[in-house]
Amino acid sequence: MSFDNAYEAITEENDSRWAFGTGFEDPLSGVDTTVPSGVEGADLAAYCLMLGDDALIFSHRLQEWCTNAPELEDEVAIANIGLDLLGQARLLLARAGKAEGGDRGEDHYAFFRAEHEFRNVRLAELPRGDFGELIARLLVFSTWRLALFQRLTESRDPVLAAIAAKGVKELTYHRDYAAQWAVRLGDGTEYSRERITEGLASVWPYTDELFTPHPVELRLGEAGVAVDPSAARAEFDDVLGQVLRAATLDTPEAPAIPGVAGRAGRAGVHTEGMGYLLAELQSVARAHPEATW
Amino acid sequence: MSLELKFEETIAHDQRIEPRDWVPDAYRSTMVRMIAQHAHSEIIGMQPEGNWITRAPSLRRKAILLAKVQDEAGHGLYLYSAAETLGADRGELTEKLIAGKQKYSSIFNYPTLTFADVGVIGWLVDGAAICNQVPLCRSSYGPYARAMIRICKEESFHQRQGYELLMTMMRGTPEQREMVQEAVNRWWWPSLMMFGPPDADSSHTAQSMAWKVKRHTNDELRQRFVDMTVPQAEALGVTLPDPELKWNAARGHHDFGEIDWAEFKQVVSGNGPCNAQRVAHRKAAHDDGAWVREAAAAHARKIDERQRSAA
Repeated sequence: MSFDNAYEAITEENDSRWAFGTGFEDPLSGVDTTVPSGVEGADLAAYCLMLGDDALIFSHRLQEWCTNAPELEDEVAIANIGLDLLGQARLLLARAGKAEGGDRGEDHYAFFRAEHEFRNVRLAELPRGDFGELIARLLVFSTWRLALFQRLTESRDPVLAAIAAKGVKELTYHRDYAAQWAVRLGDGTEYSRERITEGLASVWPYTDELFTPHPVELRLGEAGVAVDPSAARAEFDDVLGQVLRAATLDTPEAPAIPGVAGRAGRAGVHTEGMGYLLAELQSVARAHPEATW
Repeated sequence: MSLELKFEETIAHDQRIEPRDWVPDAYRSTMVRMIAQHAHSEIIGMQPEGNWITRAPSLRRKAILLAKVQDEAGHGLYLYSAAETLGADRGELTEKLIAGKQKYSSIFNYPTLTFADVGVIGWLVDGAAICNQVPLCRSSYGPYARAMIRICKEESFHQRQGYELLMTMMRGTPEQREMVQEAVNRWWWPSLMMFGPPDADSSHTAQSMAWKVKRHTNDELRQRFVDMTVPQAEALGVTLPDPELKWNAARGHHDFGEIDWAEFKQVVSGNGPCNAQRVAHRKAAHDDGAWVREAAAAHARKIDERQRSAA
């Protein structure tokens, strides 16, 4: 491509050098998506939706940060984390569709499900707060998810294991970014210390939910396909302890926020902010249900 | 040889000026103005497209759009860095932007009203930007020229992705086709305005061309853009909203209608549909982030002090 002709590249046929290609591609195209023996397809689909929705919904909250970050480096970093999670969501939602055995693709799950069918933890959907809240939430979310994904790389479902292996690299960076900022804010100015302390206090009541296994997680955990999140608690506490010590902050103490009659995000029972999030996320797709994009 | 003579020889021989080289004050201020204006455009330009990220109607389009807006932040970053090689300071340039003392491309003072705008911005706005920027890859100021090479590569796939979105929408429902045409109608004339005032009225062109920081006049680039875009519009199946647009065999170019320069002047002078909104948004983000930047600086000082007292 000659530089004086960069504009003409638009009509070139060769697709391979474009970041996302220009044709539609199933994120799992070419992958063997057979459900492992002894596993219910519906269970595997539900599990993929849980992990996929966590990523999709938290990515949405990170997308809301776009053009609002405190510095350009953080603009790039937050968008990057949002993109990584969106990528994880696409793979997991597509995996759910294959496990279900129908012809549902990623976009069906993102745009045409009702609120009670979303299985993300409530932490992911909480409305966007200030930068202190962002760092607190990202620290908790990425530490938890990294601990899960590290274990999930051993899954008997090779597709999940591969998605997890890719995610581990990304989540390691997300956790590192959050931990570095937690330290800067905790050990920065008096005001920043106040903001990160408040941020942690606001997300902490939602941490217990992260480690409360859903029956699907337990069944698939037994089958060696999923991770029982309670197994990741000790690692989570250890990492958080290290980061908070370096940030000269105390571990927050707050009672867990209950769900409704014992049901929370994994069972499709969400917070009031979720309806608004979905109204925005799904608005264009639902206004044109026959359209292709 | 005097410093001035050496500078002029470097320009005359089409060699690059580098940060260590002596340059006349006027060259320095022209370059800072050009680069800062370009950097500000990247950053303000994130807003109209960022407006659609959370509502993008497919996950693939959402990923493409988020990645594109992220690229713009990256472009802003390396352009501000290029300006810093001339002694400018990113924080001060941002202050000037939000105080209205430095400009950014007027195109971003128009609203994005439907998802088709995302495609049309990629096709027309990024297309016009590429026409403007490709010659800048040969700008006499080295750091700017090198930044432009990378930026042009990324802009060209943004443009391709925008065009591909429009192609897909034109193959879709009648409502989608209507949406594309309506967006083209709104963005066509502002895109032509992106090349700046006609040559006769351009205050900076002559000096910038002599210094080889700019390589073609506004009108030359605008003509080139029109000639390139007409066949693409035909391939897409949309009409460009200009009844006077037609091929002129004698000139070997397309003739086109008169741009509404009164509108251009109004938007450039600060009173377009979104000028106030764009700057207020940037100011709010900058102000809201002040405590975070202060915390980072305070933490760095503490680390520094601890290391010094330990030594």
